[in-house]
Amino acid sequence: MKLKKNIATSEEGFIFNPGTGDSFSANPIGTDILSLLKEEKSLKSIVDTICAKYDVDQSQFEKDLDDFESQLKDNGILE
Amino acid sequence: MNNKINHIENRKIVIAVTALNAIDSPGPGVAVIRAIRECTDFDVRIIGLSYEALEPGLYMHDLVDKTYQIPYPSAGTDSLLGRLIAIHEVEKLDLIIPNFDAELFNFIKLRDKLKEMGIRTFLPDLDQFEARDKIKLYDFGKKHGLMVPADKVVYEAKDLAKVAEKLNYPLVVKGKFYDAIIANTLEQAQKAFYKIQAKWGLPIIVQEFINGTEINIAALGDGEGNAISIIPMRKLYITDKGKAWAGITLDDNSYIELAKKFIKVTKWRGGCELEVMQTADGKPYIMEVNPRFPAWIYLTAAAGQNQPASLVKMALGEKLKPYTEYAVGKIFIRYAWDLITDIAEFQKISGTGEL
Repeated sequence: MKLKKNIATSEEGFIFNPGTGDSFSANPIGTDILSLLKEEKSLKSIVDTICAKYDVDQSQFEKDLDDFESQLKDNGILE
Repeated sequence: MNNKINHIENRKIVIAVTALNAIDSPGPGVAVIRAIRECTDFDVRIIGLSYEALEPGLYMHDLVDKTYQIPYPSAGTDSLLGRLIAIHEVEKLDLIIPNFDAELFNFIKLRDKLKEMGIRTFLPDLDQFEARDKIKLYDFGKKHGLMVPADKVVYEAKDLAKVAEKLNYPLVVKGKFYDAIIANTLEQAQKAFYKIQAKWGLPIIVQEFINGTEINIAALGDGEGNAISIIPMRKLYITDKGKAWAGITLDDNSYIELAKKFIKVTKWRGGCELEVMQTADGKPYIMEVNPRFPAWIYLTAAAGQNQPASLVKMALGEKLKPYTEYAVGKIFIRYAWDLITDIAEFQKISGTGEL
């Protein structure tokens, strides 16, 4: 999972795709995932960090992360 | 040292601008003037050229110094030239920037005569202007390797069925100047044909429907094949007439390359707007080429490439290098404003043709 180079994100969870003009907002967990993606962290590292920070079941989170990845893909946010 | 190029015989540059209307499908004139006034490289006196007494730009005295009514394009070039001579005697015009599709033919025809009078323009040649006409756009695209949807020019409604067989539904029924209606059946196509014929006359253009994201590109050519400025924009809010009420500048090199190619192959002189449909698989189709600045042209100045000001400089003989940078994510949001004036002003422009 790799963010496109030109994607702009903010600490508030705002995502802007300058190639299409689309913008989105993510919830706090989504925002954390995006900032980890910006730092080019691996999937495993994202799972570990989020599960340590939030009270979330790992297998449930991995499922949700899968969904999130598809949403990002569908909206042209990922490479 | 004064770097301003403001002193043509020690006076302000006098620029006449048309299309001061601003209904929900606004003319570009007010935006063009706003951008020109924002440029600090020259001082200007702006002369508005209007067709109707209720064009709001006439009453914007902080933007327009003086307005003269001019004859409708249908009155022909002689009538227009006569009026421009009279205006020029008083105002000593340096440059005219026409911004309406329907008037461009007359201004292009008068270009040489205006030049003899000392009035500059920065317009495409007649063959450049006509090659991108809606009626010829498909052939134009084919000739220059630009993707343009297939179309057919239709003069009679009975020919629609045959055309639809070739293009398939849905298809787009378009007027020669304006209007486009998507038709999903023969009945809808016929209805659209008569509706547009009644408004804009014949012929009607029937075009293949392209599904995708609509992108608009404002471009400025120097007449030698160089694109001085290119700004791609996506409409964020669209009115029921398909006009942008909000839009955002984009960062996508494919649009820049497309516009560069268009300017290069046409050697386009002046401003233009490419209406592009980007399909899901990334193919950019040119849907239409407007031979003048779009109404959203001020966004180019806001994004760092002031196209109207650059046009003024080139019209006055300056050689410009193409811009390379612009602000991505710059947004315009249009709004309507109830301008208040007095009956005396309305009476003046209506009665004397001047304000």
